[in-house]
Amino acid sequence: MDLSRHINVRWLKPPVFLLCLGPIAHLVWMGFHDELGANPVEYITHSTGTWTLVALCVTLSVTPLRRILEQNWLIRFRRMFGLFAFFYGSLHFTTYIWLYSGFDLHAMIDDVYKRPFITAGFTAYVLMIPLALTSTSGMIRRLGGRRWQLLHELIYVSALAGAIHYYWLVKSDERVPLRFAAVVALLLGYRAIFYAFQRREKAAAAKKSARESVLSA
Amino acid sequence: MLIKKPSDIPYSEITPKAVYMNRRKFLAGVAAATGAVTLAARPVSEWLEPQSVLADGTKLGPLAKSPYSTSETLTPIKDVTHYNNYYEFGTDKSDPAKYSTKFVTSPWSVSVDGEVNKPGKYDLEELLKLAPLEERIYRHRCVEAWSIVVPWIGYSFSVLAKMADPKPTAKFVAFQSYYDVKQMPLGQQAGIELPYVEGLRLDEAMNPLTLLTFGMFGETLPNQDGAPVRMVMPWKYGFKSIKSIVRVRFVKDMPPTTWNIANAHEYGFYSNVNPQVDHPRWSQASERRLDGSFFGKRIKTAMFNGYADQVASMYTGMDLRKYY
Repeated sequence: MDLSRHINVRWLKPPVFLLCLGPIAHLVWMGFHDELGANPVEYITHSTGTWTLVALCVTLSVTPLRRILEQNWLIRFRRMFGLFAFFYGSLHFTTYIWLYSGFDLHAMIDDVYKRPFITAGFTAYVLMIPLALTSTSGMIRRLGGRRWQLLHELIYVSALAGAIHYYWLVKSDERVPLRFAAVVALLLGYRAIFYAFQRREKAAAAKKSARESVLSA
Repeated sequence: MLIKKPSDIPYSEITPKAVYMNRRKFLAGVAAATGAVTLAARPVSEWLEPQSVLADGTKLGPLAKSPYSTSETLTPIKDVTHYNNYYEFGTDKSDPAKYSTKFVTSPWSVSVDGEVNKPGKYDLEELLKLAPLEERIYRHRCVEAWSIVVPWIGYSFSVLAKMADPKPTAKFVAFQSYYDVKQMPLGQQAGIELPYVEGLRLDEAMNPLTLLTFGMFGETLPNQDGAPVRMVMPWKYGFKSIKSIVRVRFVKDMPPTTWNIANAHEYGFYSNVNPQVDHPRWSQASERRLDGSFFGKRIKTAMFNGYADQVASMYTGMDLRKYY
């Protein structure tokens, strides 16, 4: 049952948008009420990073959900979720270069070069930039569907690099990073399986049509 | 000028909240006792029961000032008591304050044994009387690259060591923390082996800076900060300053230490604060000083956390990159 027959999807967009702003609104509220703890820079870094991963996972879950639940209209939220992943990623990155590093370029270059977990994080963020820049319908048209699709598969690398970044930075308690890694693995695994099945079906269909054309010849 | 400036008043002379709150409790108790004694069969003395001498928040004093104290800005007590690494009570920074409230720290005793002529078991009350209590305002530098300034209360560990009279065979001192799954259920998910153990070379333990610590900010230690007795070595990364000690053992060989067991590549036995030797995953060249300003301040990390004058001589000729 396609739910879009019963609900106007366009009316859903503003409330979902506001929901996605929830985390940053909450963070700002806590900041003004001195509830960020003893080390606000660490709290903000941790929070924005976590929400980036959450947003990435939500974005990656759109396609599996729309296929499994047969709700194609979900695709209309994918760009919003993806851009929010970029938004929170940008907040996390800005916190790193401004609040954490104090714009110390030398220290940051050192970090990216010498600390694997920062290399992973930096990669995850940088790969989102071309995706954000080409997120408009105009860009889809300019690039052409096929090229756009290929470029945007970079989000898989982003999500993986992000999960690795988190896992590599914790000292001993690995539970939360492992949970994120499991979710990312699941979402990417779904695609791998779907792709494998698609290829099998295409191969079978190709064989079938080749046989039929021979028979009808 | 008779009227003191706030900075002239040592923290130890400020009446702690627990003391004046207890006076109110006392008065309330008297009122309740008078009312209830006719109704209840309980003796009046039960209502007027004095608070245990060493319950959380008891004032400690008088405190001698120490030449080892720094005059840097103190970290607000709210931050020192709500930003803790005490994994037995949870791994988030805010967990220990939340989950250590029921931790029982009285009665408490510390056993001292191993390569000593006078082994013994000391009650907390006995320990508190071994030497005059000093206030030592130390910088405390975490391996995670943040730091605080804390007015600790205690006396040099060497006092206790001399009472035990180490034999010539004693080369190291091993410490062990309290651990009990019933009071510390979250410890099972900490990712480190418990009970928490630590160790020092004998000369490090005998260094006057090494503080057997009973309090902070003029009072006994809060549970989340390692009540009722802990160590503080300000020239080393904070994880070496073991909390809630139950056992001190003088040993011949380098003892195991919890973070070294968890990850030997990252956490060495010495773990001296050293801006030139990076942690494998992050730089140790700078730290965020939590001084009460909103974001804190990023400052350069000093060799031995600024205590080189007192400790550097213990490490002359040692390759501190090898012995991290």
